[in-house]
Amino acid sequence: MRYVDEYRNRELILALSEEVKKISKKEITLMEVCGGHTMAIHRFGLHSLLPSNIRLLSGPGCPVCVSSQHFLDTAIAYSKISGAIITTYGDLIRVPGSVSSLEKEKAKGADIRILYSVLEALEIAKNNPGRPVFFPGIGFETTAPATAAAIVQAKKENIVNFFVLSAHKIMPPVMKALVDEGVKINGFIAPGHVSAITGTAIYNELAAGYGLGVVVTGFEPVDMMQAILMLVRQIESGTPKVEIQYRRIVHPEGNRIAQALLIEVFNHKDDRWRGLGIIRESGLKIRKNFAGFDAEVKYPVSVPEPPDPKGCICGLILRGLKKPGDCRLFATTCTPSDPVGACMVSGEGTCATYYKYRR
Amino acid sequence: MCLAIPAKVISVDGSNAMVSIEDVEYKASLLMLDDVRPGDFVMLHAGFAIEKVDPEEAAETLRLLNEIADSSPDSLIL
Repeated sequence: MRYVDEYRNRELILALSEEVKKISKKEITLMEVCGGHTMAIHRFGLHSLLPSNIRLLSGPGCPVCVSSQHFLDTAIAYSKISGAIITTYGDLIRVPGSVSSLEKEKAKGADIRILYSVLEALEIAKNNPGRPVFFPGIGFETTAPATAAAIVQAKKENIVNFFVLSAHKIMPPVMKALVDEGVKINGFIAPGHVSAITGTAIYNELAAGYGLGVVVTGFEPVDMMQAILMLVRQIESGTPKVEIQYRRIVHPEGNRIAQALLIEVFNHKDDRWRGLGIIRESGLKIRKNFAGFDAEVKYPVSVPEPPDPKGCICGLILRGLKKPGDCRLFATTCTPSDPVGACMVSGEGTCATYYKYRR
Repeated sequence: MCLAIPAKVISVDGSNAMVSIEDVEYKASLLMLDDVRPGDFVMLHAGFAIEKVDPEEAAETLRLLNEIADSSPDSLIL
């Protein structure tokens, strides 16, 4: 596959590994924030290519993992509204709310449809006038612009039965929050596709203010090893900065059109991250002038705050303070087919990844 | 969810395109990009092309990496 296979070249991976081992002296911790990176590290066995003084820590960049149970419970409540159609990305269908899941509700007869693109929801809305079509929106800056584009398109076409429940979040505040909380990180393997949208200025504070290296990284093993080499070089020479490894996709200024869509449709709000609590200015809320598409405005539902599932330590895992093996539910009561916490539900979650690759 | 896949643009029709990944064709929205032409490669994510692949940067990355590989003493070991 073009632009994939070249970045899986074994020789290049091994050469990068040799170079890292040659120059890496300090004990360091690198955090990859994005669930896609967590998966890539495990799928390609990258731990075995690094010297023991480099520790890789998985952060909270899995949108499914950090979506609150309350959000799922709200989506489930919408599915029970007469005539309602729930349209969702496949990632969300099995995520447990406090009692049920969209998949379970579908099995009981709710009209829940899996989409490949949020624009399909607009078609469904047009084909089903009079029936409310809900779209629970999760994802970071990679995915939120698609939701924004759909809302702008819906306004253009005067669609009145399309409603977004936004749980979209942005990355920099949570990265900063982890460092502020004292999680020991020497550098960030920064999310490649988020950065393709946002550009790299969002990381300047981490580098300049906190002295942490940030390397924007692609998702193939060559990308990851090159990024780790770049971070090690920065750390060993004491020159933390923001660099782009993923240059074939990411430009410093990002995707201006996508950024404009985000600004047009969303503003920032304080938001609850599952397992991490409230992080300031980290969530995307639909602006007042698009309130006609905001599910929370047009269909306010009262859903009780669910208790955290007993024994689940996803919050500590998402912060990189504990590993899945430290959780007494891991691989016993909490498995991919019967997940308790978000870390196991999502294919990119740390626990799901460990379950697949590390038991 | 972070994942996007490189896809080759086969045809463009206004703000939509048909793209190909390993000979399977998918619809992609071009609402986030301008100036996309057949033959370009784009990153496909949730039904949207979110960025174009820059072939020069791609080649430059590989060139740099091959330099590292060539200078590695083990590079001749297969």
